[in-house]
Amino acid sequence: MGQQIYEAIADGILGGGVYALMAVGLTLIFGVLDIINIAQGILVVLGAYLSYALSVHLHIDLFVGLLITVPTMFVIGVAIQWLFIRPLRGRDRASMSLLAAYAVALIIEGALYRVFGPNFVVLKASYITSSVHLFGFYLSYIYLYGFVLAVACVAALYLLLYRTRFGRSVRATMQDQTAARLIGIDVNRVAAVTFGIGVAVTAIGGMMFGATSGGFNPNSGYDLISRLLAIIILGGLGSIGGALAAALFMTTAEALVDIWSPDWAVVVFYLALVLVLIIRPAGLFGRRGARAQ
Amino acid sequence: MTASPATESPAIRRGGVIWRGGGTLVFLAILAVFPLVLQNPTVTTIAVDTLIFAAAAVAWNIFSGYSGYISLGQAVFFGAGAYTVGIAARAWHLNGDAVFALLPLAAAVAAGLAVPLGLISLRVRRHTFVVITIAFFFIAQLTATNLSVTGGSSGILAPSPNWDSATFNNPFYYTALALLVLAIAASWLIRGSRFGLQLRAIRDDEDRAAGLGVRAMPVKLAAFVISAIVIGMAGGLWFYFIGQAIPQFAFDPLFDLSIVVMAFFGGLGTIAGPVLGALVIEPVQQWLTLQYTNEYLSEILLGVLFLAVILGLPRGVIPTGAEKISWLRTRLRSRREAAVQPDAGSPAPPGSPPREPREAREAREAREAQGAREARP
Repeated sequence: MGQQIYEAIADGILGGGVYALMAVGLTLIFGVLDIINIAQGILVVLGAYLSYALSVHLHIDLFVGLLITVPTMFVIGVAIQWLFIRPLRGRDRASMSLLAAYAVALIIEGALYRVFGPNFVVLKASYITSSVHLFGFYLSYIYLYGFVLAVACVAALYLLLYRTRFGRSVRATMQDQTAARLIGIDVNRVAAVTFGIGVAVTAIGGMMFGATSGGFNPNSGYDLISRLLAIIILGGLGSIGGALAAALFMTTAEALVDIWSPDWAVVVFYLALVLVLIIRPAGLFGRRGARAQ
Repeated sequence: MTASPATESPAIRRGGVIWRGGGTLVFLAILAVFPLVLQNPTVTTIAVDTLIFAAAAVAWNIFSGYSGYISLGQAVFFGAGAYTVGIAARAWHLNGDAVFALLPLAAAVAAGLAVPLGLISLRVRRHTFVVITIAFFFIAQLTATNLSVTGGSSGILAPSPNWDSATFNNPFYYTALALLVLAIAASWLIRGSRFGLQLRAIRDDEDRAAGLGVRAMPVKLAAFVISAIVIGMAGGLWFYFIGQAIPQFAFDPLFDLSIVVMAFFGGLGTIAGPVLGALVIEPVQQWLTLQYTNEYLSEILLGVLFLAVILGLPRGVIPTGAEKISWLRTRLRSRREAAVQPDAGSPAPPGSPPREPREAREAREAREAQGAREARP
């Protein structure tokens, strides 16, 4: 039993790194654009299918394939923002952009069904099936590589946000869009690039999801987006550190409950969310009243 | 921005009541004879679906349209109603017309669920509220999949109705129509009442409304529960009509998206808007599904349709149309007055402010105030 618990915690933390990366993209988009990109789930699945197509048809290694899929997803993200989110104006902008993202998700889902069909597929590579003996239990290499990659990406995002000129303009836009515009920041460009970055990380998340989930199909996007939403709300909307902590917490809790009842493990996500919000409506790390109205 | 009755002059309002009342009666009369004229089962099946969705969209609008709290989780009540009817009919061995008698039970279960869910979710606003409602939705779907009373992933079967196959759809049609009428009546009564005014005050500025003495939580919760009641009954009826409930169709994310887009299409916060949206969108949706079942094209086209509605008609057909009509009317009136006055050269009497129709002015001022607020996103 003790062994199982340790293994669950290790699984949770290693799996949490990838969720953290996907959630950071989502919360970054929220912070800058003040919208919830509900298409993030299906974009992860799209990223997974891109990796799948590259590895099956062109025999490109999954990790090498990221060099292609990440820029592709970046361009897709910028295009979605430019075409469907930017034109929205007026008082219902927040809810309209949510619906627009939902509609985009529907189109992508339909397109994926059309191209790849409803059958579950898995990503295959030697490091997915082989495992390493570490600290008394066995871990698949993919978890380790993915965790390292996720940590590296989050660190890179952190450096980008806190150590570069562009990052400063992103943070300025998050704080106050009007003031940012006044001091000469091109807010539209910041918004487009941020959306692109937020979507680009789904290429990595998608590859990891495809390799570790034991099979995915175009319908997998719903499960993903609901988990990601739970994570960013729990962490506090727009809080990057909060998204990291919440992702690790959620995946570990899920892995622990999974020992007793796999059926109910997923519900833990949402129950934790509901419980936290009863006590702290702004989320664990959210500032109260920030963007309240 | 919706055209509210308070901004219209009494004369226009009286005329509007006659027009609207007459229009509603004609509309209902057409709906009442519809299945007697068109008896093709494919058509009546789509018609029943459309009426069920219209009732759900009107009910969604009673809460979300009036209060501004966009819920993407009303499918919880739809599914709850469906499963309630299914479980009760199975337990009590009901069939035929008796199953319709279970709809109030579906309403009660939906209301019973809506109270705790509302108490939790209505503490937060905007995006967080939307996401909480989505979380409720997934909890409900997972619960239905995991419990044994709901039949797990294979779901639950409805008793097969015993009526004549030629007019098979009619009992469903008229029950759905009654539900729609009920929903519209509730929407109309609420919109004109003090309660409706409080809801719209919350939509415009909740903190200020609270400062003016609106007890926001009970008001929001009441609207949430009313919405859940109607949607619960719609779900129960839908279940009996479809004949089966499985978790991913009883709790369908597309249901949420559809009713929201229907309300947006017609006009958020209006009475007729969601009905119009449902009458246009649901038949298109059903047709697309029938037409392109196996090719998943329906899903793509549906997404394109929704995007077109959101990008092309952001304020909805009814508010845009009402603005156009009032603009035309004031144009006509000022031209008539100009013809009566001998000094047509000077349209405004000296001393008076430049003439601008009242509705137009108020609409413009509202837009400007809006713009000032929007400049600080």
